[in-house]
Amino acid sequence: MSALQIALVGNPNSGKTALFNRLTGARQKVANYAGVTIERKEGHYTAPSGRRVRVLDLPGTYSLDAASPDEAITRDVCLGRHPGEPVPDLIVCVVDATNLRLHLRFVLELKALGRPLILALNMIDAAERRGIAIDVEALSRELGIAVVPTVAVHRHGAQALIDRLDAQALPAPQPHPVADLHAEVRRILAVAVSSARDSAATDQAIDRIVLHPVIGLVILAVLMFVIFQAVFAWATPLMDGIEAGFGALGEALGALLPDGVLRSLLVDGIVAGVGGVLVFLPQILILFVFILVLEESGYLPRAAFLLDQLMLRVGLTGRSFIPLLSSFACAIPGIMATRSIADPRDRLTTILIAPLMTCSARLPVYTLLIAAFIPQRTVAGVFNLQGIVLFTLYVAGIVSAMAVAWVIKRLRRDRSEHALMMELPSYRWPHARDIAIGLWERAMIFLKRVGGIILALTVLLWFLSSFPAPPDGATEPAIQYSLAGRIGRLLEVVFAPLGFNWQICIALVPGLAAREVAVASLATVYALSGNEDGLSAIVATQWSLATALSLLAWYVFAPMCLSTLATVRRETNSWRQVWIMAGYLFALAYLASLLTYQIARWLT
Amino acid sequence: MRLSELPKNLPATVAGVVDAVADDAIARRLRELGFVAGEPVRIVALAPFGGDPLLVQIGSTRFALRRSEAARVTVASADGAGA
Repeated sequence: MSALQIALVGNPNSGKTALFNRLTGARQKVANYAGVTIERKEGHYTAPSGRRVRVLDLPGTYSLDAASPDEAITRDVCLGRHPGEPVPDLIVCVVDATNLRLHLRFVLELKALGRPLILALNMIDAAERRGIAIDVEALSRELGIAVVPTVAVHRHGAQALIDRLDAQALPAPQPHPVADLHAEVRRILAVAVSSARDSAATDQAIDRIVLHPVIGLVILAVLMFVIFQAVFAWATPLMDGIEAGFGALGEALGALLPDGVLRSLLVDGIVAGVGGVLVFLPQILILFVFILVLEESGYLPRAAFLLDQLMLRVGLTGRSFIPLLSSFACAIPGIMATRSIADPRDRLTTILIAPLMTCSARLPVYTLLIAAFIPQRTVAGVFNLQGIVLFTLYVAGIVSAMAVAWVIKRLRRDRSEHALMMELPSYRWPHARDIAIGLWERAMIFLKRVGGIILALTVLLWFLSSFPAPPDGATEPAIQYSLAGRIGRLLEVVFAPLGFNWQICIALVPGLAAREVAVASLATVYALSGNEDGLSAIVATQWSLATALSLLAWYVFAPMCLSTLATVRRETNSWRQVWIMAGYLFALAYLASLLTYQIARWLT
Repeated sequence: MRLSELPKNLPATVAGVVDAVADDAIARRLRELGFVAGEPVRIVALAPFGGDPLLVQIGSTRFALRRSEAARVTVASADGAGA
């Protein structure tokens, strides 16, 4: 017997993905539809009869009259005209039993296609709790299709559906032309559903507090603070542990192998590269625990509601807020978090400005330069001058992000009104199983797609920094004789107007692996062999203040993180966006450093 | 009256959705979301920063609509005024 090919469709918030998780468990494959950034999720399970069932989880949609690229995918697959997908043997339409008034209209649209169709009446338990009585037989009779109640979040909540799919082939419904879908929905509801009381009372009570103009914002601010703290602080011990672990592994390997190219490649290239990939995982996982819980519970769209107007003024949307906030810890989880922005235009703008948020990897560079050049002085009685400079660097990032978003809004060809029209779903308890599956997916996407690029680039940078080896009797540090050193010397021509000396230029090359690496590289260039404590003193005596300020300005803007660019490549599925981002950031950085250096030199 | 002008918490009934531009995709989507003549509708909350967007309850479903979107929906308040 050939595998049964089924497609899950339904309105957003119908519990479709939870049902998908229930049916397929961890047997899922997440990819992208060809040429677009829309996620394609497919899984499979084996029915009691032994038949293999392949399940495609189509993007949630309100209507077959698609309003966005992801809705168009769902429409094309249902109509059997998507080039890359086989026509499904059966469409499983998932509806929220507590929200039939909205969801049944789409069922009627699907029925009109005349393809085999079954209705999964999901969250039937929540409907019972809310006093909504549904006559399943009457509903099935009036719709003219099979209806199976499901509770996707319960262990056996999909058993009835699995059994029904296994029993016999489901016939295609007789499409009756319906003039007014809404009138038909009302007619069916009148026959099959009775509601004892106002079913949304609990949500209304919570929303009165959560969406309150003052209390709601306070709750949001506290939540954001906790998330920011968690991503920033809780991840640090784990990241330190990973770094220490890989450092120890590198040393152990180094002790086993003879000195030479192989040892250097393994220790400084591959082990350091794998460690450099894994070190991002704690932040990504911690951030996504929060995002998934907020999304599942129904809070995320409410946060977007509260902040929409603020973000709209600069050409973003309320949904951009959490990804941007996360980017203060690290742009990589931030960019991955833009998946919660449904509108592709808003999502792209958010991705493009995310690297302007001051990530934690810039701190070592900032700390070094501020400690070396900015005196410990108290300003206006209470403020620390070093603190003020650090704060200014953060503000510079935020202000320029807003400015860039505004410019993108002006420049883009598509000036059409993009709607918010966002459903605020009922509050729900998030389920650990769905969170765990979601986390697993994020981790795999990062490790497989982004990790490979990061690892390859790390090995490339190792190669550039190690070859050719210094000649016999060389007196200067090895890096000066390497390709990286030569590239750095060449770059000096480009960066001289910014006040960068050749030592800085060389350090910028390996610094592309991660911003904080630049500090270690500077120490190497100055032949301190890992002694970073002495660096501050050297920098303070050998560099001018103008050069230091210029380098600070450079790090506010410059696309100095190849991992971020790799993530953008993965998330936008386009090298073009990567080049646009790198290009505009480089231009901004060059301009800011040039101005800073020339003005500072003129003043001092 | 338009839904964007409806006072908070005043029950009303949808009269229809008006296209703001030719072939208005937003108006079409509003109709698909259930903003059709006869449905009871109410504004349940206003966002901070200028009261935009609005939280609109239709049936037991809540939608956040920006004012420009809500302006496409015409409503009659329950006491019959302003239709």
